[in-house]
Amino acid sequence: MAAVRTSSEVALNRAAIVAVLVATLIFLAPIYWIASTAFKPKELAVSVPPTVLFQPEVTPFIRLFTKRVQMQKPVEPQVYEAAPWWEKRIYDGGERVLKVGKDVQLSQYPNRFMNSLIVAVISTVLAVGMGTFTAYGFSRFKIAGEADLLFFILSTRMLPPVVVAIPMFLMYRMVGLNDSHIGLIILYVAFNLSFSVWLMKGFMDEIPKEYEEAALVDGYTRMQAFFKIVLPEAATGIAATAVFCFITAWNEYAFALIMTNRRAQTAPPFIPSQIGSGLPDWTTIAAGTFLFLLPVAIFTFLLRNHLLRGVTFGAIRK
Amino acid sequence: MASVALTHLDPASRAAARGWSDLTIRNLFIIPTLVFLIVFNIFPLIYSLGYSFTNFAANRTEPWQFVGLQNYRELLSDDHIWSNFVITAKYVIVSVAGQMIVGFGLALLLNRSFPMKGLITTLLLLPMMMSAAVVGLFWQLLYSPSWGPINYVFGLGDFAWLSNPDSALYAVAITDIWMWSPFVMLLSLAGLSAVPQHLYEAAAIDRAGWWYTFTRITLPLVSPILLIALIFRTMEAFKTFDIAYTMTTQPTAELIAIRLYKQAFQQWDTGKSCALAYIVLIMVLAITNLYVKYLNKVKER
Repeated sequence: MAAVRTSSEVALNRAAIVAVLVATLIFLAPIYWIASTAFKPKELAVSVPPTVLFQPEVTPFIRLFTKRVQMQKPVEPQVYEAAPWWEKRIYDGGERVLKVGKDVQLSQYPNRFMNSLIVAVISTVLAVGMGTFTAYGFSRFKIAGEADLLFFILSTRMLPPVVVAIPMFLMYRMVGLNDSHIGLIILYVAFNLSFSVWLMKGFMDEIPKEYEEAALVDGYTRMQAFFKIVLPEAATGIAATAVFCFITAWNEYAFALIMTNRRAQTAPPFIPSQIGSGLPDWTTIAAGTFLFLLPVAIFTFLLRNHLLRGVTFGAIRK
Repeated sequence: MASVALTHLDPASRAAARGWSDLTIRNLFIIPTLVFLIVFNIFPLIYSLGYSFTNFAANRTEPWQFVGLQNYRELLSDDHIWSNFVITAKYVIVSVAGQMIVGFGLALLLNRSFPMKGLITTLLLLPMMMSAAVVGLFWQLLYSPSWGPINYVFGLGDFAWLSNPDSALYAVAITDIWMWSPFVMLLSLAGLSAVPQHLYEAAAIDRAGWWYTFTRITLPLVSPILLIALIFRTMEAFKTFDIAYTMTTQPTAELIAIRLYKQAFQQWDTGKSCALAYIVLIMVLAITNLYVKYLNKVKER
């Protein structure tokens, strides 16, 4: 900043800050709407005018996790009194929770959420593991045609998912990998591997070679130096890369839509399929969306200092 | 003594004499990744290139026939496909232009010090980290003609954003702008913070006006990074599938990726879909090439 600031400059600065605050509110409004709808009574989700302030309740989450049917008759008072609080909320809405004996029947949501978790975690571990080794190779050794190989690796990331999905669908059908966790994990590893190599190479390049060379002089083998010196130094980079890969796999929609439909279906294709016909229950959809977005929101804050590097494949650091 | 002789060699070869050689390690670290990518990315593409010359349909059992270039000829003379490309072009231009303007604008506003700047910047970046399909779905409620908050706030009555053929594509583009302007903002902020302060000080001493400083100092120095953002977003917008697919079913918003999906997995016209996939692939690779070229340029600085 220039040393001398005129009053008009100060005013301009203030106006810019106010504009930033207004823009932030606008950008967060849709996210607020998802979060607030998840805690609204059903009728307030579609009220005119839209409801901003209300008494929050957790009924949408109870509906999200349970299988229910519409009640033909009002519930018997003694049954209602004996029911736990969360079941009363469902009776209040004119519905009944389905049970087998004493066990409450769960909706498909927890299963889909677990599928997302399984696929995202396993594919992340594999992509980051392989990516770290490969990045070290590219960072430390002379490789013929290095630039071309790196371009080849990155270009696999840019392939449109639907283009790759057509032959993969046919091949998976032949070997029985359709609608399987393994099938989806393989696709996500292939998708995230290039990203992980590029990002990790940036982190590896930042670790001084002298560290390993000193270890080699001290009698370490190259592998020992890699595991005992390089990996601990790269821990932050590995964590950041892993979180990015997790978010990508967690959010992925096209492959999941095409390759899975029941057993291995993840949350992103499942949540839109809840809309169904007729008037959708937006509070339950919002509750599912809210729980699905929550881990990503938390990770975004943990990643905040690495976001720039992540979205540019490690090319731009700060 | 062997150990005495080894002390005269450089450390790398001493290590090599003890454990695996560097060459072995290099191959061990790199080859599995390359093989994995070739098996699961390149081989499928070769496989589908073969099918693109046939009339294969994945939902039928009767044998397929080799049809030569017929699929490509039919696609290139199909008005429907051309209209999908025109829709995609419109979408790319509107949404990328919007993201560049909003994103760079936000970065200009943020490029000063104020309390809680870090927190606000991170909050602004939230939309781009979220699942386009899931968030896009929820925008259906925001755009709803009967109870959507957007129509209420802007007093648009019962304007049906997503079921009106004229507005559906732009409604999706607005959501995309909301989602990805933060990306342009993030890159622009990096570019802006790299502009040396002394240039601004020199301009101030010369009593240069705001516009002059902006066009002669800020823009030229930020433009390489803006170009990266522009190319990357263009490529991503061209491939858009999820957000448009979950938001609307309007034929006027049928992007090329959606068309490809329907042709392959709803009409099961597999051979022709492989051909269309190749046409799309070549266009994407052309943009990717450009992107990597500029990425390397910025990286070298």
